[in-house]
Amino acid sequence: MSEHILSLMTFFPLLGMLIILMLPGGKGGLLKCTTLVITLITFVISLPLALDPVFKTSGAMHYTEFAPWISVGDYFQMNYSVGIDGISLWLVLLTTFIMPITVLSTWQAVDKNVKGFMALMLLLETAMLGAFISLDLFLFYIFWELMLIPMYFMIGIWGGANRIYAAVKFFIYTAVGSLLMLVAIIYLYYYAVNTGGVVNGFSVTDFYNLNLHPELQKWLFLAFAFSFAIKVPMFPVHTWLPDAHTEAPTAGSVILAAVMLKMGTYGYLRFAMPLFPDALQQFLPWLAALSVIGIVYGALVAMMQKDVKKLVAYSSVSHLGFVMLGLFALNNIGVSGAILQMVNHGISTGALFLIVGFIYERRHTRLISEFGGLSKQMPVFAVIFMIVTLSSIGLPALNGFVGEFMILLGAFESELRWFAVVATTGVVLSAVYMLWMYQRVMFGKLDNPKNQNLKDLSVREICIMLPLLVFIFWIGVYPNTFLEKMEPAVNQALSQISGEARAQTYIPVCTDAEQQGKCPHTYGVDAQGDADLHL
Amino acid sequence: MYDNLWLIPFFPLLGFLINGLLGRKIKNEKVVGAIATLAVFASFVVSCMCFVRLLGDEVKTHENIIGSWISLGSLQVDWGFLLDPLSALMILNVTGLSTLIHLYSIGYMHGEDGYPRFFAYMNLFTFAMLMLVLGNNALVMFVGWEGVGLCSYLLIGYYYEKKSASDAGKKAFVVNRVGDFGFLLGLFLLFWSFGQNGVWTINFTEIAANAGALENGGIIVTLITLCFFLGATGKSAQIPLYTWLPDAMEGPTPVSALIHAATMVTAGVYMIARMNGLFAMSPDTMMVIAIVGAATAIFAATIGFAQNDIKRVLAYSTVSQLGFMFLAMGIGAFTAGIFHLLTHAFFKACLFLGSGSVIHGLHHAYHHAHLNHDPQDMRNMGGMRKKMPITFITFFLSTLAICGLPFFSAFFSKDEILWWAFASTRGHWLLWLVGTIAAGMTAFYMFRLVFMTFFGAQKTDPRAKDHIPESPFVMTFPLMVLAALATFGGLIGIPHVIGDLVGHIPNYLQQFLAPVFEHTQTFHGIEAHGAASAEFGTIGVSVGVGLVGIGLAWLFYCKYPEIPARFCARFTRLHRAVFNKWYVDELYDALIVNPTKRLGTGLWQIFDVCIVDGIVNGVARCIRGTGGLLRHTQTGFTHSYAMSMVVGVVVIIAICVFQ
Repeated sequence: MSEHILSLMTFFPLLGMLIILMLPGGKGGLLKCTTLVITLITFVISLPLALDPVFKTSGAMHYTEFAPWISVGDYFQMNYSVGIDGISLWLVLLTTFIMPITVLSTWQAVDKNVKGFMALMLLLETAMLGAFISLDLFLFYIFWELMLIPMYFMIGIWGGANRIYAAVKFFIYTAVGSLLMLVAIIYLYYYAVNTGGVVNGFSVTDFYNLNLHPELQKWLFLAFAFSFAIKVPMFPVHTWLPDAHTEAPTAGSVILAAVMLKMGTYGYLRFAMPLFPDALQQFLPWLAALSVIGIVYGALVAMMQKDVKKLVAYSSVSHLGFVMLGLFALNNIGVSGAILQMVNHGISTGALFLIVGFIYERRHTRLISEFGGLSKQMPVFAVIFMIVTLSSIGLPALNGFVGEFMILLGAFESELRWFAVVATTGVVLSAVYMLWMYQRVMFGKLDNPKNQNLKDLSVREICIMLPLLVFIFWIGVYPNTFLEKMEPAVNQALSQISGEARAQTYIPVCTDAEQQGKCPHTYGVDAQGDADLHL
Repeated sequence: MYDNLWLIPFFPLLGFLINGLLGRKIKNEKVVGAIATLAVFASFVVSCMCFVRLLGDEVKTHENIIGSWISLGSLQVDWGFLLDPLSALMILNVTGLSTLIHLYSIGYMHGEDGYPRFFAYMNLFTFAMLMLVLGNNALVMFVGWEGVGLCSYLLIGYYYEKKSASDAGKKAFVVNRVGDFGFLLGLFLLFWSFGQNGVWTINFTEIAANAGALENGGIIVTLITLCFFLGATGKSAQIPLYTWLPDAMEGPTPVSALIHAATMVTAGVYMIARMNGLFAMSPDTMMVIAIVGAATAIFAATIGFAQNDIKRVLAYSTVSQLGFMFLAMGIGAFTAGIFHLLTHAFFKACLFLGSGSVIHGLHHAYHHAHLNHDPQDMRNMGGMRKKMPITFITFFLSTLAICGLPFFSAFFSKDEILWWAFASTRGHWLLWLVGTIAAGMTAFYMFRLVFMTFFGAQKTDPRAKDHIPESPFVMTFPLMVLAALATFGGLIGIPHVIGDLVGHIPNYLQQFLAPVFEHTQTFHGIEAHGAASAEFGTIGVSVGVGLVGIGLAWLFYCKYPEIPARFCARFTRLHRAVFNKWYVDELYDALIVNPTKRLGTGLWQIFDVCIVDGIVNGVARCIRGTGGLLRHTQTGFTHSYAMSMVVGVVVIIAICVFQ
C-alpha cells in the first residue's frame, strides 16, 4: 500500500469525481458533504508523507512509482513516473490541506450547479497533485494542462460580473506559455534521443544529466521560463492574475492563490533551473531584476486598489516576487526560504481570500469604500483578519516573517545583494497597503447602514480559519518542522544547479576551440564566488 | 534562577492569552485588571530575583536557551534569552513601570468600551518589550522590536472609531517599518560580514567576542551600524523618523506613559548599548548618532514651545530627551545614556500619568456638565493645583527632575551626558553647547506647561469646574511611587566629583554596568577627562540655564501672561511655523507620501491597464479582426468561389507571361 501512496492520493479525488457525477444534481448539501469527505480522505492519505523521517536525511526522490505508459516503437516513450522529495512534499501537503478548507468555504457561496462545481474541484485536485509528483516531463505537461480546464470553467461559470473576459484571459495567457513549453519538451526529448544521451522516456532526472550546449540551453530555458513566469506570475506577464482572482468564486481564488501560483515557482525549481543551469546563470540578473520589480510594483499597485480582492491579488504578485528572488539566490537559505514562503503564501493569501469571501457573501461587494468600522459589529472576524494581515506583512513569530527573512538573507549573501536591498523595501510597502486596507475596512465609524446588521463569523467559518491560524503560528515559531525536511532536497537541487551533481556521461559537442570556454564544465559552476553557502 | 529567565516574558504572555481569549466573557472589570496587573507583577518579582542573584554573582553573563527557532545550514537561530547587567536593569525598569502603569490603568480606563482588549494589548506589549530586552540574538530582539511596534499600533488605534487615532496607529507602524528596513539590512550585513570570517552568527555575545575580526573604523562596520541606527531612529523617534510619536498621543494616556515614554521608545538606545562594541568601532557612525541626537534634542524642544495639547508637549519633550540619550551613545557615554534612560522613564512616566490624571478629572467634569470640550487643551486648564493636590505635587517634583535641578534624578544623568559631551574623547564643545541650550529650553517649556495647567486663574468652563475630582488612590499611588523615583532615582549614579565631596559615595550604576561597557571604552580609549573644576563648571552652567528657563517661563506665563500673545502677534510667521511643527509632516506628505500614491496609481492605470493589457487585448482584437475579414471569403456561394478561381488563374497566367 505505502509504495502506491502517491498514486492513491492523486487519483482518489478523480474517483471521487466519478462518485459525484453519479449523485443526483439537486441535492447540494449531499454533494458538498461528499466532496468534503473525499478531500478529507485525500488529506489523510497524504499525511504519512509528512511524518516520514526519511526526508530529513535524504534529498532523493521517494515513494517513486514507475510504469511504462505510451510508447511508439522505440522512438517515443513516455512513462508514468512519480515521486516526491522534500521540496514537493510540502506543496503536495499544502494542496491536500487547503482543499477541504476551500470545499467548506463553498457551503453558502455556491448554489448554482453544485454538482458541476464539486466535480471540477476534485478534478482540479488530481491535476494539481499530479503535477507536483510527476517525474516525467510529459506526464507533468499533461497534468499542467489538465489544471487549466477546471479553473477556466470555475471562473467562467461561477465567477463575477466580468467572468468571461477574465476566464478567457486566464486561459490564453497560460496556454500561450504552455505551448512554448511543450515545444521545448519535445525538442529536448528528440535532442536527447538523437545525440545518444541516456533516455528513459521523458524522465526529468535523466534530462538533468544531459549537459546541453549553452546556446541550446538558452532557447529551451527561455521557453520554460516564460511559461512558468506566466504562472507565477512574474512582472510584466502578471495582468491575468488580478482579473482571474477578482472574478473567480472564493474557492477558485483560494486554490489559484494557494496552489496554482506555486506551479510556476515549483516549475522553476524542479525543471527550468536544474535542466538548464548555464542558461540560468546567463539570465539570472534579468530574472532577479524582474522579481524585484514585481515585489515593488505589486506592492505599489496593490496600495491604490479600490477592490479588496484586487488588492490581495496584486499583493500576490509582490509575494511571489519574494519567492522568485529566494530561488535565484541559489543558496540553501534563500531557496529554503522560498519554498517555505510558497507554503506561507498559500496559507496567508488563501486565508485573505477566504476573509474577503466572508464579507462578500454578506454584502455582495468587494469595494473597500463600502466598508468601514466592521470591528464594532464583527469582533471575532476583526481578530482573525488582523492575525492574517500581520502574517501577510511578515510580523516576526508569524509565518510570513521566517520565509521573507530567509529569502532576503539568502539573496543578500548571494550575488544579488543589491536586489535584496531593493526587495527589503517591500517590507515597508506591504505594511502600507495591508494596514491601510485593514483600517479602511475595519476601523472608523460604522456609518454605512448596510453594514450595521452584519453577523459575526459563524462556527463553520471559524472552523475554516482555525487550521490556517494554527499553521500561521506554527511556521512562525517553529519552522524547523518544515525546514529540516526540505534541507537535504534543497541541497540536492542546488548541487544539481551548480553542476556538482551532474553526471558527466554526455560530452556536448564543442568542436570550436573558442567555444571551449562555453562548455558546461567551465561555465557557471563556480560563479557564486565568495557568497557560496553550501556548508 | 537563570534557567527560568523565560518566565519573565511568559507571565505577561499568559495574561494576554487569558484576557485576549476570555476577557469578554469575564464581565467583571476588576478581575480583568487584576489578572493583567498580577501577570506583569509576577514577572517583576522574577526580575527582581534575577537582579539580586546577578548582583552577588561573579559571572555577569547568563544565557537561557529555550530551543531552536530557525535552523538551516549556516543560519542557526535560537529562542534564547540573555541576562547581563544591562538587560537586568532593563527588565526591572520594564516590569516595574509596567506594573505601576497597569495599576493606574485600572482606574483610568474604568468604564471604557473594550476594557479587556486594552489590558490584553498592554500585557502583549510587556511581553514583546521583554523579548526585546532579553533576546540573546538580534533576531529574537527583532521579534520584540516588531512586537512592541504592533502593540503600539494597536494601542494608539485603541479608539479605532476615531479616524485620527487609526491614522496615527498606521503612521506609527509604517514609519517604524522604515526603521525596520534599516534594522534588517544591518542584520544581513552583519551576518554576511561575520560569515566572511567563518563565524555565522547573530548572537550578541558572539558578536561582541568576534567584532575584532572586522576592520576597525572600516566601511563595513560603519555601514552595519548606520543601518542599525536607522532602525533606532524609527523606534526611538529621532530625526528624520520622529514624526509618528506626537501623533501617537491619540492613544489612551497610560499607553503614552508606558510605551511612548518609559519603555518602547528607548529600545533604540538599548539596542546601541547592547551592541556597543560594534558601534564604538565606527567613529563615523558614533558622530552621526551624536549629531542626530543633539539636533533632535533641540529641534523637538522648539516645537514644544508652541503646543497647547498637554500630551503633545510631553511627546515633544520625550523626543527631545531621547535625543539626549542618543547624544550620550554617540559620544561613548554609554552608562550615562542608560542612566538617563532610567531616570527619564521615572519622571516622564510620572508626567504622563499626571497629565492623564488631569485629563481624567476634566473629562469627568465635562461629562458631568454635558460639555464637549477638549480635556487635553491647556488653555482650558489653569489653577488645577487646588483641585488635584497629589497630582500637582507629583507632577511638580517630576518637572523639577526633568529640568535637572540639583539632586533630582535628571540632574545627575543629564549633567553626566553634558559633561561627557564636553570632555569625552569623542565629544565636542558644540555638542555640549547644543545640549545645554536644549536643557534650558526643556526647563522653559516644562514650566510653561506647569504654569498653564496648575497655576493662575482657573480657565475651565464654569459649569464644569466644580466637578473636577482628584483621581482615585489606584491612580495616585503609582504617581507617588514614580515621583519618589524621579526625585531620588538619580542617587544610584552620583558622579565621582560630587561623590568624593560628600565622602566617597561610589557611582553604583557605573560599577554595575562596567562588565558591559568598560571593555569597549578602554579598548577604544573612550573616556571623559578634565579637571574637577571644569566638571563643576558644566554642572553649574546647566543648572543656571535651567533656572533661566524656569524664570522666563514664570515671566511669560505667570507674571506677564500677555507677553506670549504679543509675541505671537509680532512674529506671526515664526509662531505659525512652530505651531505647525515646522511643517515637517506636510513636507513628508509632499515629498514621499503623495508621490508614492501617484506612482502606484500611475503604474496601475498606465502600465498595467494601458500597456500590458493594451497589448494583450490588442493582440486578441487583431486576431478577431483578421478572422472577421477572412470570414468574408468563406461565403458558401459557388459563384464567388468560381470568381476567385478565375481571378487566380488570371494572376498565375499573368505572372508566367510577364516573367
